[in-house]
Amino acid sequence: MSDFPILSMVTFLPLLGAGIILAFNRGTPEETAAPARYMALWTSLITFLLSLFLWFDFDRGTAEFQFVEQADWLPGFNISYHMGVDGISVLFVLLTTLLTPLCVICSWTAIQNRVKEYMIAFLVLETLMIGMFCALDFVLFYMFYEAVLIPMFLIIGIWGGPRRVYSAFKFFLFTLTGSVLLLLALLAMYFEAGTTDIPTLLAYSFPREMQIWLWLALFASFAVKVPMWPVHTWLPDAHVEAPTAGSVMLAAVLLKMGGYGFFRFSLPMLPEASEFFTPFIYTLSIVAIIYTSLVALAQEDMKKLIAYSSIAHMGFVTLGAFTGNQQGLEGALFQMLSHGVISAALFLIVGVIYDRVHTREIADYEGLVERMPAYSVVFMIFMLASVGLPGTGGFVGEFLILVGVFQVNTWLALLAASGMVLGAAYMLYLYRRIIFGTLTKDSLKSILDMNRREALVFAPLVVLVFWMGIYPMSFLDFMSVSVSNLIENYQGALAAADGVPNLVSLGAAQ
Amino acid sequence: MIPLDLITALPELLLACLAMALLMFGVFRGDGATPMVLLLSVVTLVVLIGLIALGPRGEGVAFDGLFISDFYGDFMKVLVLVGSATAMAMSLRYFEAEGVVRFEYPILMLFATLGMMMMISANDLIALYLGLELQSLSLYVIAAIRRDSLRSTEAGLKYFVLGALSSGMLLYGASLIYGFAGTTNFETLADVFAELTAAGHGPSLGVIVGLVFLLSGLAFKISAVPFHMWTPDVYEGAPTPIAAFFATAPKIAAIALLARIMMGPFIEFVAQWQQIVVVISIASMVLGAFAAIYQTNIKRLMAYSSIGHVGFALVGLAAGTEEGLRGLIVYMSIYVIMNLGTWGCILCMRQKGVMVEGIEDLKGLSKNHPMMALALGIFMFSMAGIPPLAGFFGKLYVFLAAIEAGLYALAVIGVLSSVVGAFYYLRIVKLMYFDEPVEAFDTPIGREMTVVLTGTSLLVLLFFVVPGPVIRGAAAAAAALFAG
Repeated sequence: MSDFPILSMVTFLPLLGAGIILAFNRGTPEETAAPARYMALWTSLITFLLSLFLWFDFDRGTAEFQFVEQADWLPGFNISYHMGVDGISVLFVLLTTLLTPLCVICSWTAIQNRVKEYMIAFLVLETLMIGMFCALDFVLFYMFYEAVLIPMFLIIGIWGGPRRVYSAFKFFLFTLTGSVLLLLALLAMYFEAGTTDIPTLLAYSFPREMQIWLWLALFASFAVKVPMWPVHTWLPDAHVEAPTAGSVMLAAVLLKMGGYGFFRFSLPMLPEASEFFTPFIYTLSIVAIIYTSLVALAQEDMKKLIAYSSIAHMGFVTLGAFTGNQQGLEGALFQMLSHGVISAALFLIVGVIYDRVHTREIADYEGLVERMPAYSVVFMIFMLASVGLPGTGGFVGEFLILVGVFQVNTWLALLAASGMVLGAAYMLYLYRRIIFGTLTKDSLKSILDMNRREALVFAPLVVLVFWMGIYPMSFLDFMSVSVSNLIENYQGALAAADGVPNLVSLGAAQ
Repeated sequence: MIPLDLITALPELLLACLAMALLMFGVFRGDGATPMVLLLSVVTLVVLIGLIALGPRGEGVAFDGLFISDFYGDFMKVLVLVGSATAMAMSLRYFEAEGVVRFEYPILMLFATLGMMMMISANDLIALYLGLELQSLSLYVIAAIRRDSLRSTEAGLKYFVLGALSSGMLLYGASLIYGFAGTTNFETLADVFAELTAAGHGPSLGVIVGLVFLLSGLAFKISAVPFHMWTPDVYEGAPTPIAAFFATAPKIAAIALLARIMMGPFIEFVAQWQQIVVVISIASMVLGAFAAIYQTNIKRLMAYSSIGHVGFALVGLAAGTEEGLRGLIVYMSIYVIMNLGTWGCILCMRQKGVMVEGIEDLKGLSKNHPMMALALGIFMFSMAGIPPLAGFFGKLYVFLAAIEAGLYALAVIGVLSSVVGAFYYLRIVKLMYFDEPVEAFDTPIGREMTVVLTGTSLLVLLFFVVPGPVIRGAAAAAAALFAG
């Protein structure tokens, strides 16, 4: 298996599918819709099955990059096509390949307009996201990272809601502004270290002064993607206007790109600057957790509420990522995965009733449990998972993060935990308003429960959310060696910078 | 020695002879022969591309040091010829539809191209001026070729008046340099300046003033701020295929010339001219980005876009290094392809036989003409510099050079203005993809258009798969100029 380019296959198979749809599926929009749907479904399913090799063949006992591929790419620059995964990135690849077929299925009837283009956009998006997680060259990473904007811009802009143009532009320009600064940081790193190869850069230590500037440039990009308060404002707009599947991809995978960036670049490559800015990150994270939770309480639009809850949950991720201990970092990674599953499910849940009633206003719903019992159960599972109920995936990540934070600062842990209480408040309040009460509105009298296609979408997510909650080890196993390696290097670099070598040299002098 | 000189300048001589022969052919056959003349002109240019790329390579100087042939020149000439040939091929249908078929038009374009090749190969201030004027005079006439159109003649006149002024400045600068350095030959100039520096003297004030005038004159030709004012008016007024021609080939030639002078004899004074180029570059990027936002005419928009692109290309020049020059060459190579494609799309904007130029006319293009919208979308994202499209690599290489040269402020302002620029490129994507269609454009667009649009969009889209040839070529070209 070692010579089999599994990562390139997984990355570019969706692109191939998109190319086939574009090239061979000709005819009127009505004629091309059904073949495009099936083609996208099969392509994404085969990609998912292929990516399962990563799950089974991944060696959980090493922090090395695995399934590595390398080829020449940009001549004269030492920039190569270099792919590989480690414990930090491999599960995000699987998350992406799992969610894409679900997105295709959930758009089966919801999208009737320009189906062919829609499916192409999603397959291209899948390629770019997987490529980004697998890239082991900074330039290659950047290429995928920024190219994601194109399909997402089109998805929001073409198939979005009434204010889609505004949202699409805001999304694109916000993230592009951050990304171009990342590009400059990349170029500066290239000139300092002479390469853009990520494994080489991980072993390189940058001078402290430079680290500070590089860190700020990287932060500008990743903070917008996460998104961290106060640069989060694009997210509620983008989520509200995007079609359901677009919101799912945005919440489940695109937001993780920022967190992944912190894990892959900021922490290991710029440890001194990361330590220097840790209080800054803590402050922004706590503000994000508490402020956006309060904002979420006041929302009238379901999608907006879930969007704000995403920002709060990502606040936990950034908090945990910078604790510098095993629990905090593993918790942050786990939280990203569980949030990927849970927020995806919550947006799909909103999508189910939006497809029926065509409104996202909370006030337009009441007492759905009377007509939609199965739906209410699924909603309840994910609502409680989002709150962080023990036994669900949401609990493990937040618990680990709080343990990690508690070691650093008790007050910080207290503030973060208060965010969890607020989280419970807005989610339960949302659930009560939509599901409970008596059903009196005429528009809801004849609403139907979930059909088989929708149940098919939720089934794997329900399994996954319980699996993550009941036996998290099968996921934590992937990351623990990579994370402890990261922490070792991080603490080692800090110790080296904090004058330990001076003491040693002093001792030697005496 | 003479036969060797002739071989060194073979492409130029061949072009001059063929252009005159075609002129005779046109004169005797009249306007009816225009399609034939045009076709033969395109063939001529294609043959020249082949000749330069594959033919006998007479490297070195010729005609007592007036003319130089090197790989740098060859590379830039190929770009110019590609631009000219494509622009010419795209123009036939336009002139037939507008009923202004004139055989002088392709001939003048050939002469302009000849002037550009002379500019690229100039090795002396006098040769430089001759090449530049041959190009400029031909372009003045081409801009006003629609004699009965007010806009076209206005554009031609504006271009002429301002162009003559800039030529005057350039000539004045050249004479100052001659007065203070005692020579017009680039190599001798380089020796003189090197001796000065070696003796510990800075450049004399006269040379610096001369350099500033020279730079101003050339900044006009590449439409860099603050010498850009003519560009939107001329692009809007000139017939569209001619605007397409203006946006590509002459820009390459002028930038190639500018780089040859600055990186050649004046490389000793890089600290002096770097400040000027940095300011021009920043001003062009920022103005190009902000001024384009409010444009409603696509030709004016493209004019501001080209101002911005020149600003980005100048980032590479400002670095003043071999890497910077390589970035500049990569940028211009990609610029030519993107611009030809975009202008090709603009040339297809025709409703019921009438050309339209409002960007609002692009509304809903993705429904009426999906493939054309896809192509234009690719060009727009590429111009905005979004990876993996070709435009990104152009920006990557120029900013790489800027960071290496320590021009951090320039790089930061550059990338931020590229975000502003992204806004108006996205606006076009928005019109094509997000809005409901208005009136469809005429079909079919013609075989030559299909070829041009398919070819350029595939090049831009798939550049990232095999970036090697262009980048290696640009690196070799930059090395050739620095070695020489």
